[in-house]
Amino acid sequence: MAALPASIQILTRPPFLRYEFGEAYDEMFESPGTPRPHYQALYRTLLELPAEELRKSQQAADLSFLHQGITFTVYGNAQGTERVFPNDLLPRIMAGDEWRKIEKGLTQRITALNLFLQDIYHQGRILADGVVPRELVYSCRHFRREMRGLNVPRGVYVSVCGTDLVRLPNGEFAVLEDNLRVPSGVSYMLANRKVLKRVFPKLFRDYGVWPVEHYTQALLTTLRAMAPVNCSGRHEPTVVLLTPGVFNSAYFEHTFLAQQMGIELVEGRDLLVHDNIVYMRTTAGLRRVDVIYRRVDDDFVDPLCFRKDSNLGVPGLFNAYRAGNVTLSNAIGTGVADDKAMYAYVPAIIRYYLQEDPVLANVDTYLLTDRSQQQFVLEHLDELVVKAVGESGGYGMLIGPHSTAEQREEFRQRILAEPRNYIAQPTLSLSRGPCFLDGDVQARHVDLRPYILYGENVTLVPGGLTRVALRRGSLVVNSSQGGGSKDTWVLRA
Amino acid sequence: MLSRVADSLYWMSRYLERAEHTARLIDTDLQLRLDQSPEAGRERSSRLLESLQAVVPGGPEADISALAHTLTFDRTHPSSIVSCVASARENLRHVREQCSSVMWEQLNRLYLHVVGGPPEADWTTHFHTFYRSVQDGSSLFHGIADSTMSHGEGWYYIQLGRYVERTDALAALISTQFHRRPHALDHPVESEEYLEWVALLRSCAAFEAYCKRYTAEMRPLRVAEFLLLNQEFPHSVRFSVDMVHAALRAIGELTERKAEQPVRLAGRLRATLSFSQIDEVVANGAVAYLDSIRWQCSQAHAAIHQIYFDYPVETAMVS
Repeated sequence: MAALPASIQILTRPPFLRYEFGEAYDEMFESPGTPRPHYQALYRTLLELPAEELRKSQQAADLSFLHQGITFTVYGNAQGTERVFPNDLLPRIMAGDEWRKIEKGLTQRITALNLFLQDIYHQGRILADGVVPRELVYSCRHFRREMRGLNVPRGVYVSVCGTDLVRLPNGEFAVLEDNLRVPSGVSYMLANRKVLKRVFPKLFRDYGVWPVEHYTQALLTTLRAMAPVNCSGRHEPTVVLLTPGVFNSAYFEHTFLAQQMGIELVEGRDLLVHDNIVYMRTTAGLRRVDVIYRRVDDDFVDPLCFRKDSNLGVPGLFNAYRAGNVTLSNAIGTGVADDKAMYAYVPAIIRYYLQEDPVLANVDTYLLTDRSQQQFVLEHLDELVVKAVGESGGYGMLIGPHSTAEQREEFRQRILAEPRNYIAQPTLSLSRGPCFLDGDVQARHVDLRPYILYGENVTLVPGGLTRVALRRGSLVVNSSQGGGSKDTWVLRA
Repeated sequence: MLSRVADSLYWMSRYLERAEHTARLIDTDLQLRLDQSPEAGRERSSRLLESLQAVVPGGPEADISALAHTLTFDRTHPSSIVSCVASARENLRHVREQCSSVMWEQLNRLYLHVVGGPPEADWTTHFHTFYRSVQDGSSLFHGIADSTMSHGEGWYYIQLGRYVERTDALAALISTQFHRRPHALDHPVESEEYLEWVALLRSCAAFEAYCKRYTAEMRPLRVAEFLLLNQEFPHSVRFSVDMVHAALRAIGELTERKAEQPVRLAGRLRATLSFSQIDEVVANGAVAYLDSIRWQCSQAHAAIHQIYFDYPVETAMVS
């Protein structure tokens, strides 16, 4: 029998026979065989529950996702473009005090980032004071000079935000990425919860978990609070959700949110602008629109202003927006603040506007425009993760330890050609949590994406989407790259 | 309601009705063949294709199981059952937030059922189970819609699509029969001809309802009267037109556009059917009468499109 590597220890009781430990923080166990206090009830349940029963529940859950059409679209796959987003049955459990810290940190972060956006699109104090380099802002692909001097309602640029958190080996949460443009995934959070309540009703009740079901109502309240200066409705503004259409990978989510909020789901071709006022075409004639929760990227919103070849948008929309006759949520040009190079400055941004220390840490980030940092990165490409600054969804990444010499050489050339376009970070060992796979409970890397709403005030729904890298050893949790998701339980106590 | 949404609900419903109708026709046809001589097969095939207004490779000469397979499972054939169900689902997928989630689930389930292809290699021996499941799937969808969706504008577009499609399909089907037997007689018929008229009734799910009304005595004139002019039977032309008219009136009220053209066109068609006498219809040529119904129906469809789905912006800004 081959000796096991020293870093891997295996529990001896089913269904934990294939549960591995490593350097990563383990969400469930303090040490092999000793569950953390808030995981004890789940641990006992899993020891008692026949694997067959869990397997049946998993099948029922998969089938229910398929029948409901909770799917995402895989680009570049001609045959059957819809795929079920894999859902893992075991909840990720968080103690109440852990969550409170996250909540505080994320509230601080979205407040500071909104002040930052307000500032750079107006006086630019932070640039004049030299805290953030001017060229970093102006060289960002997502900076929109069309937004200069435009006052958005309440000064809120980012109303809907989904921030990616990871837990480091020391047990602390750190921010990996701010998604300030059109973050997605919240419908999976709600769908996962619905399934888990069916699978573990008793466990769920006994644990005392904060509910998440009110998210859609909170989202609607937030969007209403963003009503424009010249709002048509004397009583309440007309809110719509603008989707790129049925071929978008998040289409299920768009329909789901529109339905749960009771607002119209519109495509670009349903809207038209006349005299700087936005209307939707209904069977009873034209109806005025006040707030657009847009799930379409900046580039595609208005072919007159941005990409001319876009037919997802509405010609003239941006002028109506500038005239204060309609609100776009999120605002245009928020991508400048979630640029991966700007990310390195977020702690400084928080200190500058709020005179507070950041509650949640950043991950170390090397800026490749800096000579000495660039040299260090090029010498350590096999240890680091390199990311393109404007990309998301796990595209355009080099994971050093899992890369080939050719890939590293390719990235070296790219970095030398366009240093502003890349950043590097240490390869993080994301925490691992229990997942039910092939009849066993196995450990897989997870992250956490809580959703933050900002209208009249900041609202967070306890929990969020826990994403899982389902392939053994993989660190990539994106749905397009073989990731799945699971429910997140935040305990009241 | 968004024009695009109304358009999708309308077409979703039309496609689903077409799938159900096709399934019933093929089912009836395959069952009838069991009672007939093999020589009659070619004639049956040409009738089937004519009443479905479908063209298949090989035409009526094709082997019946190949023909049924094409009309049922061929994704590349636009009027196959699987294509119709897929189109219905695609339309509903574009507007799924407008209907209840159970409605979507039911249609999605039906889609997954038919898209899987024949349940087994010798499916033609068990064809009835399959065609029945398609009809049941459609009925279940409408039942769920009736009991879980608000009977507001969206629901009326579903009704509208369903009955516009039904009017057209019924008129085409009955017309095929009259094309071959123009002189519907007012006395009982027997053997081959008896089977034909029974098959026509069964294709409209009307055999039992007909017997209740007129007894099992098969008089062609009565069959014609029942399928064209009966006010109470859901698969009669008159009933379908009544439903189209009612849906359009309700939509007119809800959108505050009462005197619009679609309602008038449907109203005229309704009046025609309400005051027709079956002996006059047959004496003056039933085929021509049915053609006129189909033509008026397509006019109403065009008007619905122009008024509710795709109106010019200039006219909307004026009002």
